[in-house]
Amino acid sequence: MDNLIALLVAAPLLGAAVLLCGGRRLDAVGHWIGTVLASASFVIGAILFADMLGKDEEHRAIGQHLFSWIPVEGFQADVAFQLDQLSMTFVLLITGVGSLIHVYSIGYMEHDERRRRFFGYLNLFLAAMLLLVLADNYLLLYVGWEGVGLASYLLIGFWQHKPSAATAAKKAFLVNRVGDMGLSIAIMLMFTTFGTFAFGPVLEATGETGEGKLTAIGLMLLLAACGKSAQVPLQSWLGDAMEGPTPVSALIHAATMVTAGVYLIVRSGEIFNAAPDAQLVTTVVGAVTLLFGAIVGCAKDDIKKALAGSTMSQIGYMILAAGLGPIGYVFAIMHLVTHGFFKAGLFLGAGSVMHGMNDEVDMRKYGGLRKHMPVTFVTFGLGYLAIIGFPGLSGFFSKDKIIEAAFAKGGTEGWILGSVALLGAAITAFYMTRVMLMTFFGEKRWQPDEKGNEPHPHESPRSMTIPMIVLAFGSVFAGGFFGIGDRFLHWLEPVTEHAHGHPPIGATAITLSTVTVMIVGVGLAYLQYGRRPVPVVAPRGSLLTRAARRDLLQDDFNHVVLVRGGEHLTRSLVYVDHTLVDGVVNGTAASMGGLSGRLRKLQNGYARSYAVSMFGGAAILIAATLLMRAV
Amino acid sequence: MNPVNYLYLAALLFTIGASGVLIRRNAIVVFMCIELMLNACNLAFVAFSRMHGNLDGQIIAFFTMVVAAAEVVVGLAIIVSLFRSRHSASVDDASLMKL
Repeated sequence: MDNLIALLVAAPLLGAAVLLCGGRRLDAVGHWIGTVLASASFVIGAILFADMLGKDEEHRAIGQHLFSWIPVEGFQADVAFQLDQLSMTFVLLITGVGSLIHVYSIGYMEHDERRRRFFGYLNLFLAAMLLLVLADNYLLLYVGWEGVGLASYLLIGFWQHKPSAATAAKKAFLVNRVGDMGLSIAIMLMFTTFGTFAFGPVLEATGETGEGKLTAIGLMLLLAACGKSAQVPLQSWLGDAMEGPTPVSALIHAATMVTAGVYLIVRSGEIFNAAPDAQLVTTVVGAVTLLFGAIVGCAKDDIKKALAGSTMSQIGYMILAAGLGPIGYVFAIMHLVTHGFFKAGLFLGAGSVMHGMNDEVDMRKYGGLRKHMPVTFVTFGLGYLAIIGFPGLSGFFSKDKIIEAAFAKGGTEGWILGSVALLGAAITAFYMTRVMLMTFFGEKRWQPDEKGNEPHPHESPRSMTIPMIVLAFGSVFAGGFFGIGDRFLHWLEPVTEHAHGHPPIGATAITLSTVTVMIVGVGLAYLQYGRRPVPVVAPRGSLLTRAARRDLLQDDFNHVVLVRGGEHLTRSLVYVDHTLVDGVVNGTAASMGGLSGRLRKLQNGYARSYAVSMFGGAAILIAATLLMRAV
Repeated sequence: MNPVNYLYLAALLFTIGASGVLIRRNAIVVFMCIELMLNACNLAFVAFSRMHGNLDGQIIAFFTMVVAAAEVVVGLAIIVSLFRSRHSASVDDASLMKL
């Protein structure tokens, strides 16, 4: 069984290699190769999962040592895999949702002439992400981490003929690099502190290490997680990443990429447990991002960008939960999985809407689509109910647990974090209801475009609707399946350890208030977007709305502080270089030149003048000799 | 006769020679002035030899004469070829070696 682990990664990697090196010959079958290999990985994952369930809890974690990568005295880097319950959860999510997205892409990318290449990149994405979650040491994890960055760059910029897509891809890559720096520094710190970077030894040795070092490592890991998971302050790439094809957005937001940061923090749980300061920073980052994303999501008229804001916010919940320590790890992962279902479903639904609307993304030009796209409406609607935490659906179970855990943090912090999480739930309900109402309800608002092509909204082909239906099932039932009887908790507990949190107010009260704020959010959105007609041209809006439309000025902030700041820094350095350094060098050269010019005049070619200097010199020498004698 | 007087004469001759080297332009005259300086030195050497009562000075005077003879050969040859090429024996005309 152990030997199957490598195949999990190998299958999509093989797909990527074949599709990207195969050339035009494979254009006709490329998408099938990609889909089959992604599904093969899922099947292997399912076999391993069944095998894992058959064992008792103590012996579930298995590993496979593939080969020694860098065997040097005192430095041992292996390509070795580890498959425990946490990795297994991710493997099933990545390959399962990933395969569905592959199937969906067959229909969605049907008319794209570079479809083969697209599937190659998708497979590469899956392979990198699987490597990331299966690695048994931080260095191999880093390889997968970078692979995910590369694949996301290629996919976000897939339509590279659009300058905006090329820029967005570059932006995602650059922002991710900042986070990657954090991870590489963390790995170096681990090596100097523990002498190794394999998960087992590092996480076991945390007990004997100073808190300062662990805090440093924890903060660097958090920086890495911020980059990959689009958390404040490295969140700016996520909105622009919507330039990629919609299946890519679904893949990035649900199964791969943004979940990597949560995985990293939960996997490094022991480090964070021993570094309370790093944990506090993590919860603050999560809480801030949670509100940030939710506010941005409220103001966007672009359906994909509204969903992107929502992803940011939901990942904020997970990071918040992961920062809470043992009381939150399990719920972070649980929310991650349920979020994987409903967010993938929502994105695929959004893609389906765009597919029927000539790639229009502005929700103000939708309206009343429920009659034209019944399947999309129902699946999107179920995803919507799941994400706002409608009682009984997935999001309800996982989000409620996180809010409960936030309150259970204790003290003032607990109250603040819990209230923020509750407020986030209300805003989530508001913006998702807004998306729902603007897209599927009300009057039709679409117009013929400049060329006179009026969109004819229609249901998408079977290859697109089936994945949406499957994901909708997950959105509805996953949460209940995991949550009722604490099934997920028992499954993951041996790996992540779990402490039962005791919130200062009763769990029932928290659940009730969650539902209440959700209803308030839905009601407010209904008053604004359901009762009144939605204007086709966006109203000017309040100061906050306008700021939120510009992603709460994140790009302006980056521009002013980082771009301008960098420019000023380089300019002042250039100025110093020109005036001071060049001044010294040029000044020396000029004074030497001037001196030589004067000396040159002595070389006039007249033998008599040379004779004078000779006689003069001799006279001075003699005079000096005599003087010395006299003295 | 007091040998110091020979030294005075030698100094006078050397000064005349040096002045000639510095002042005159004709290469032949400059050359003669150099010879004059050499002979002034010889005179001084011989005078010192006499004063100190040993032969070192006289031996060096002989050396000087030999070197001077060789120098005359080379020097005159240079002056002659210089004159042939530029029809002038002025040292100031031969001032091309400069920056």
